[in-house]
Amino acid sequence: MKYIDEFQDPDLAARLLDDIRATVTRPWALMEVCGGQTHSIIRHGIDQLLPDEVELIHGPGCPVCVTPLEVIDKALEIASRPEVIFCSFGDMLRVPGSGRDLFQVRAEGGDVRVVYSPLDALRLAEENPDREVVFFGIGFETTAPPNAMTVHQARRRGIRNFSLLVSHVRVPPAIEAIMQSPDCRVQAFLAAGHVCSVMGTAEYPALAERFRVPIVVTGFEPLDVLEGVRRTVRQLERGEHTVDNAYPRAVPPEGNPAARAMLDDVFEVADRAWRGIGVIPDSGWRLSARYRDYDAEHRFQVGDITTLEPAECRSGEVLQGLLKPHECEAFGTTCTPRTPLGATMVSSEGACAAYYLYRRLDLPARPGSRPSPAGAPTAGGTTAVRVPNREDSSVV
Amino acid sequence: MSDTTARPDLLSWTCPAPVRDRPRVVMGHGGGGAMSAELIEQVVLPGLGGPVQAALTDSAVVELGGARLAFSTDSFVVRPLFFPGGSIGDLAVNGTVNDLAMSGARAAFLSCGLILEEGVELDTVSRVAEALGAAARAAGVRVVTGDTKVVEAGHGDGVYINTSGIGLVPAGVDLRPERVTPGDVVVVSGAIGVHGVAIMSERENLRFEVGIESDCAALGGLVDAMLSVTSDLRVLRDPTRGGLAASLNEIAAASGCGVVVQERAVPVPPPVAGACAMLGLDPMYVANEGKLVAFVPREHADAVLAAMKAHPLGSEAAIIGEAVTDHPGMVVARTGLGGTRVVDMPMGEQLPRIC
Repeated sequence: MKYIDEFQDPDLAARLLDDIRATVTRPWALMEVCGGQTHSIIRHGIDQLLPDEVELIHGPGCPVCVTPLEVIDKALEIASRPEVIFCSFGDMLRVPGSGRDLFQVRAEGGDVRVVYSPLDALRLAEENPDREVVFFGIGFETTAPPNAMTVHQARRRGIRNFSLLVSHVRVPPAIEAIMQSPDCRVQAFLAAGHVCSVMGTAEYPALAERFRVPIVVTGFEPLDVLEGVRRTVRQLERGEHTVDNAYPRAVPPEGNPAARAMLDDVFEVADRAWRGIGVIPDSGWRLSARYRDYDAEHRFQVGDITTLEPAECRSGEVLQGLLKPHECEAFGTTCTPRTPLGATMVSSEGACAAYYLYRRLDLPARPGSRPSPAGAPTAGGTTAVRVPNREDSSVV
Repeated sequence: MSDTTARPDLLSWTCPAPVRDRPRVVMGHGGGGAMSAELIEQVVLPGLGGPVQAALTDSAVVELGGARLAFSTDSFVVRPLFFPGGSIGDLAVNGTVNDLAMSGARAAFLSCGLILEEGVELDTVSRVAEALGAAARAAGVRVVTGDTKVVEAGHGDGVYINTSGIGLVPAGVDLRPERVTPGDVVVVSGAIGVHGVAIMSERENLRFEVGIESDCAALGGLVDAMLSVTSDLRVLRDPTRGGLAASLNEIAAASGCGVVVQERAVPVPPPVAGACAMLGLDPMYVANEGKLVAFVPREHADAVLAAMKAHPLGSEAAIIGEAVTDHPGMVVARTGLGGTRVVDMPMGEQLPRIC
């Protein structure tokens, strides 16, 4: 496959690192938005190679990590029903709900299947007309269009035994929420390249201007990440704050118009809860009124399942860069990928799991464990902010 | 976007309680990683009673009538039954032959238990049996006893096979991870991840063109070639489930040494690298069925490597790392860019990432 070795070339990486070292004069805190970028950074040791002045803060862009406990509990309830074939991408199976995970549901007799494309779930619905097939539609702007395509096709082809359990979220409102946090340390963003390959870059200039932060659209291979960092540092040193595209081979400015049209047809922008963080206004999608029949929450009457999230772990601080994963008291002791306290330790894209899997060797034995800041985390505090649902949410 | 002054409180970002105790077996218990080991240590061995140390390794070396015998058993539940480069029949012979070979033994006799699902076509059983026979002849081993059972439709996956095998361990050969010492060289016999990717490319819900075949092969001949250079090999492993990462971690843990791997030295064919990139998998964790990893005293490393390269199953053999005194029990990779990362024991099933 092209584009693997080419974008991991050590000599080119060394040249980019030299350029970054020559440019940087003082400390900067950059947030890479996407969990895929976090994974790449830690797996290849990129953060170890950057000059000390450049700090990478790992952002909230891991779809598994931000899917709310409540949605997982709804998934577990639906997947337990005998008439249901519950389809999901693989790494959601291990994410704990209140008491179990989807693996456990499967071990108890539930028909839970890993699929690699949401259209495989639709095919299962066609092949099993006497069963109810449900697909777990989670993730960001990247996974939303193919999931939208499933209900679009189901409706067009009259497939009635298919529905979608939706928990889709959007990146720009999360950036806005992070920048509005009173303790925010982020000075620039490496925007998620694949999100922008769908949505384009038009959502970002207003954010860059409003919060005076450079936003550089960045890819996922080591050289992509380094080029994103290089361009970001250059802007920061010059006092600039524009939107720049360091991933043009995948991201045209207008994104993917066909995918966006599919999103507009099937979804409408809605407030969404992020796991642990609470509701962020306009930060996600739900099925629009004409597709409501394909909404699994509606079909299986699980809308009244509500789950309070226990205050167990401190990933909120990690996601703001206030706490590195290994500075948490639980890291590597009570919290490991085998026994995760939270979703950031479950997914391979989660910052805590990435640190645990790849970085234990270099980490001090937690002398720097920091106590929780006063007043946080709040016990049982699902959401610090509840905003009323606004049916008139404008589409971005 | 709405312009709201409402601020979600990121400081109160919390996470849920974990699932720590599973009352039932889940697929991860069969992944060959940490969950498999815990199942055996905490659930199976206590029931067997007494020390059954050998149950933790792929084969046991036992003394019987003055002879040192290697003894091993393995069960095969692969889907699909036939895949590019082999079948469940090939795996059933080569898997057990290779487990014996990792003790330095040449397999002599095999047993073969067939569990057939009601409804499976006799032609399929016949083809599996032919593959079994051909693989046994190629490996120089005789199937001398067997058993056949049939389970109701829906209670099996067509054909399951269990094989057990015995073979003689040559005098002077003592292959154990406890013998690894710092400075030993880590050699892998060829490209990794091939079998796992070949299987994944054929799964009904994941068809992709990959153009590679399983590396399924019997490794007895290659091991003989290596032992002819020196009987002082430290330890051999065939990195099947859990991949190279699991084998290296087992050896590191049992030896008390650290292991350092040069990532760019590990042979990964482009189709495997591409498939793994697409699925979010790491080739170090993908199964092999015709590869071995050896820890060799440094003074013998060049000669052993040359002997491997002269054998058809070792032509792509490569030195990939060494045992060290640092970070005992831990495997660390030096990345292509010059960074480092821990190569952890796989936990359960490898799960493709979402995006």
